[in-house]
Amino acid sequence: MLTSLWLLIAIPFVSGGLLLLLGRRADRWGHWLGVLAPAVSFVLGLIAFVQLGGRSDKAVEQNLWSFIAVGDLKIDFGLLFDPLSGVFVLLITGVGSLIHLYAVGYMAHDERRRTFFGYFNIFVAAMLLLVLGNNYVMLYLGWEGVGLASYLLISFWFNRPSAATAGKKAFIMNRVGDAGFALAIFLLFKELGTVKYTGDGGVFESVGQLSQGTVLMVGILLLLGACGKSGQFPLQAWLPDAMEGPTPVSALIHAATMVTAGVYLIARSNPIFSANPTLQVIVVSVGAITLLIGCIIGAAKDDIKRVLAWSTVSQIGYMFLGVGLGGGAYALAIIHLLAHGFFKANMFLGAGSVMHGMQDQVDIRRFGGLSKHMKITWLTFMMGWLAIIGIPPLSGYFTKEPIIAAAFERGDWTSWLFGGAALLGAGLTAFYMTRLFVLTFHGPKRWTEGQHPHESPAIMWIPLVLLAIGSVVAGFLMKTSVVTWLNPVFEGVETAHHESVIPHSLINILGIAFTVIGAGLAWMLFQRGTALMPEPAGPVVTAARNNLYTDAFNEVVFEKPGRWLTRALVYVDNKGVDGLVNGLAALVGGGSGRLRRLQTGFVRSYALSMLAGGVLVLGALLAVRLG
Amino acid sequence: MPELKLPDIDYAALLPMLILFGAACVGVLIEGFVPRSVRNMVQLVLSLAAMVAALVFVIRRAGEVTAENAATIGGAIMIDNMGLFMEGALLVLGLVSLLLFGERTLERGGAFVPHAAVTVGSERDREQAVDSGATEVYPLALFSLGGMLMFVTANDLLTMFVALEVFSLPLYLMCALARRKRLLSQESALKYFLLGAYASAFFLFGVAMIYGFAKGVDFRAIHEAVRGSETSPTLLLIGLALVAIGLLFKIAAAPFHVWTPDVYQGAPTPVTAFMAACTKAAAFGALLRVLYVGFDGAKWHFTPVLGAVAVLTMLVGAVLAVTQTDLKRLLAYSSVANAGYLMVGLLGGNKDGLSSTLFYLVAYGFTVIAAFALVSLVRDADGEATHLSRWAGLGRRSPLFAGIFTFLLLAFAGIPLTSGFMAKFGVFGAAIAGDQTWLVIFGVLTSIVLAFPYLRVVVMMWLSEPGETTPSVSIPGVLTSAVLGIGTVATLLLGVLPGPLLELADQASSFIR
Repeated sequence: MLTSLWLLIAIPFVSGGLLLLLGRRADRWGHWLGVLAPAVSFVLGLIAFVQLGGRSDKAVEQNLWSFIAVGDLKIDFGLLFDPLSGVFVLLITGVGSLIHLYAVGYMAHDERRRTFFGYFNIFVAAMLLLVLGNNYVMLYLGWEGVGLASYLLISFWFNRPSAATAGKKAFIMNRVGDAGFALAIFLLFKELGTVKYTGDGGVFESVGQLSQGTVLMVGILLLLGACGKSGQFPLQAWLPDAMEGPTPVSALIHAATMVTAGVYLIARSNPIFSANPTLQVIVVSVGAITLLIGCIIGAAKDDIKRVLAWSTVSQIGYMFLGVGLGGGAYALAIIHLLAHGFFKANMFLGAGSVMHGMQDQVDIRRFGGLSKHMKITWLTFMMGWLAIIGIPPLSGYFTKEPIIAAAFERGDWTSWLFGGAALLGAGLTAFYMTRLFVLTFHGPKRWTEGQHPHESPAIMWIPLVLLAIGSVVAGFLMKTSVVTWLNPVFEGVETAHHESVIPHSLINILGIAFTVIGAGLAWMLFQRGTALMPEPAGPVVTAARNNLYTDAFNEVVFEKPGRWLTRALVYVDNKGVDGLVNGLAALVGGGSGRLRRLQTGFVRSYALSMLAGGVLVLGALLAVRLG
Repeated sequence: MPELKLPDIDYAALLPMLILFGAACVGVLIEGFVPRSVRNMVQLVLSLAAMVAALVFVIRRAGEVTAENAATIGGAIMIDNMGLFMEGALLVLGLVSLLLFGERTLERGGAFVPHAAVTVGSERDREQAVDSGATEVYPLALFSLGGMLMFVTANDLLTMFVALEVFSLPLYLMCALARRKRLLSQESALKYFLLGAYASAFFLFGVAMIYGFAKGVDFRAIHEAVRGSETSPTLLLIGLALVAIGLLFKIAAAPFHVWTPDVYQGAPTPVTAFMAACTKAAAFGALLRVLYVGFDGAKWHFTPVLGAVAVLTMLVGAVLAVTQTDLKRLLAYSSVANAGYLMVGLLGGNKDGLSSTLFYLVAYGFTVIAAFALVSLVRDADGEATHLSRWAGLGRRSPLFAGIFTFLLLAFAGIPLTSGFMAKFGVFGAAIAGDQTWLVIFGVLTSIVLAFPYLRVVVMMWLSEPGETTPSVSIPGVLTSAVLGIGTVATLLLGVLPGPLLELADQASSFIR
């Protein structure tokens, strides 16, 4: 299997292409093809994964063909299968297959289900390309591919204006990050003459030749890309709006896989990020700020999917914190990412199941008491909830606590800052997740009239159960095994080990205490339900309800000046550029009209023009000789 | 009396040509002996089989070329790598365009009439308009293609002249065979014939001059005379100019292009496609041989002058395309401009120039055949509707065909992911490597101008509302569909994966003197 890695990508790509090209002919069976493709990729990925485990070098590279060869720029369409891409392949195809299966039920009544699966498969292919590429251009190719799929799927119900707008918003904010990423690639090529990760003087081997300033610049540009894709501060605003897409999309793309691409990018580029301490501080700061923003806003939202979305933003903040800390924390961030893939996908699908039973109601103020009516959804969601807030021995506990502990190990006063933020975040997470859980499943019914909640069909709850099992056991299973497994990828990273500012056991106790306090507080506040409409509240809650005014900020600082700039440019374009262009065009057109008259249709004048041409050619040749 | 020494004839090397000529003769017999009802089918199968067989022998010959076995018939024919590549290219392009000849579903009896010279509007003309059609066109095409094969492998100027006439004469006649718009067709044939004869006279006069200079007409003698002769080179330059004019006429370089729009418009569309792809390729093959093998020593003399011709060709083709209102004329001017781009590659004067020109010829050939095939599909009661205004809104009526045509136009314009881009990129790159940057500047500028007429057609097809007079696209028969498919796929493939053909052209770009 390791010799034909391209199959992993090709299968979902071909399947997606077929679904989109065959049209209505594939309507009856298309969704099953759509489910089969990632499942086959999963099996193949698993085989490759096991085979890799049996090898001593732990990295397989394949150059399929020369992708770009212009002058000094030589880029191969090359794939790399190493421990890091291995775990990502399993996450993408494994969780992806379950969500595909779920979507068969969820999208059953949508007349464009086949198109949906086409886009979905294309997404899987692009995401696999992203993690399997052996150079930055391959990564970028997959990066743009998932961006496109994300755009298409967010605005899948494009006749809803909010969905169409959300798609555009996601696309535009991602462009900002993508531009940064592209510039980083250009800069790497300019400075090092290569964009390949390793081998033949690849980027990671020669990063030491770069000046600190260049490393910082490349790192910041890469980080900008990562922030765009992963919904990190300051480019976080698109992610919650992206929930306008169908719920399986939110689960797969905007929770489990695509939004973690930024974490992958930084983890993959660990030699670059480890080469400059300032850079690491910036990444850690972005992570810490984002995780707090996510928690605070998440606690004030009433839309079940948006709460989960802000929770995703916040959890990816933890991962950024992890990759920013460097050293051993890289692997911690990755296992948190994997665990998050399970429990967040589980909860999103659970939310989808709730919406399915409640006629697409998303307001948690209108839920309540659903635990009696949707037992499986309730229990599986509970597993996700316990996992994310970090109750031992569920997965979140094993993956989040080490990151918090690592944040306390920086060795100077910043330990208190970042460690404290991470710890506070844990408490807030417990608060808003408990609020979500209690308001949805417990307390009095606050349903709108005519609601008859019911459990979803088996095709939807089977993936839920499987993901719930993953949420429970993944953390314990991965806490040492995956960390060891990832060693070959991160072993080059030097670990300047500092003592923790407070003992580990104390951090552990504090972490659980914050969680219990947060969860308990929320349970007490909301167990008797809440008002049906948002009530006037203090400045903090109001700010949180308005996304901490980040949208307003973007509007005033970027959108308005942007509009003015476009207007000014349109003016210059109309008056200046167009004038010039139209003038030239008129010149050509006029010349053409005149020349055309020479084409009289008379053979005699044709012969004359040939004679004249002959005389000229002859004369010119003789003149060249004489001259 | 001295003993007459017969030259050795290597029949194996000549087999492709002999097959074509032989099949053409058989084709003439078929006209006499096979019943009308099956004649078309028999002729088509025979012609295709002959071409395939010829192609097989070309391919089998490919690995066996050496400096010793290349020349045959006493050095009159030179089957070197370059010659083989051109033979192969001509056969493939000829094969594809011949499929268009056989199309009978678009029009009752096909695109041709049996009697070219009948007075238009007379009783007999009205009779033949509803007649089941002519099949003489197949042997004519085979004779013409055989002549072209001979043209690109001719190793002396006299053989080249004979080949020129062999492939031109059937073409003149084929132009007059259009079923619709008979008068226009006859007019185009007559114009083509008169001007072609005129250009041939130039060529022949040039041969005489060169004989005066070099005391021989074969390219090795000319090459050596150019390098070492004591004679004044005035004769040489006059001869070179006149020979070049004869060839520039065939490739439709300005100002010798004047016949092109009229003939392209008047000729039956399958014939136009055949001419646009094959005649141009053959003429360039010969021009390459003349300039690279015979006159390479006079490079410093001819490059600036032919460069000026190339610039004029690109300018005239591009600027005049802007105001065309008839699609076939538009494609004719586009073909003129493309002759200019091909000359840019040719004047690069190096191995790259040679190989990029070869690639361009093949890539352009496929695209242009597919384009004319599509033109033959848009019809109304009076036959093909070639006026631009009639194509307005075609994208609404027939999105598939409008999409294909859009793709082909983008290829003409040189947009990446089409063969047009790779081809232009190649010739411009070769010209820059050969220090002819000024040609590339004009090449790029005229490409911009030329994009306008192409895009105007695209805009008309997609953004205009279909009018009352917008004809619908006829459902193509198997043959035309095959041509469209082959041409479009080749245009895409050569744009995405140009590697194999580039390599082939690179290997082929060597002459044996």
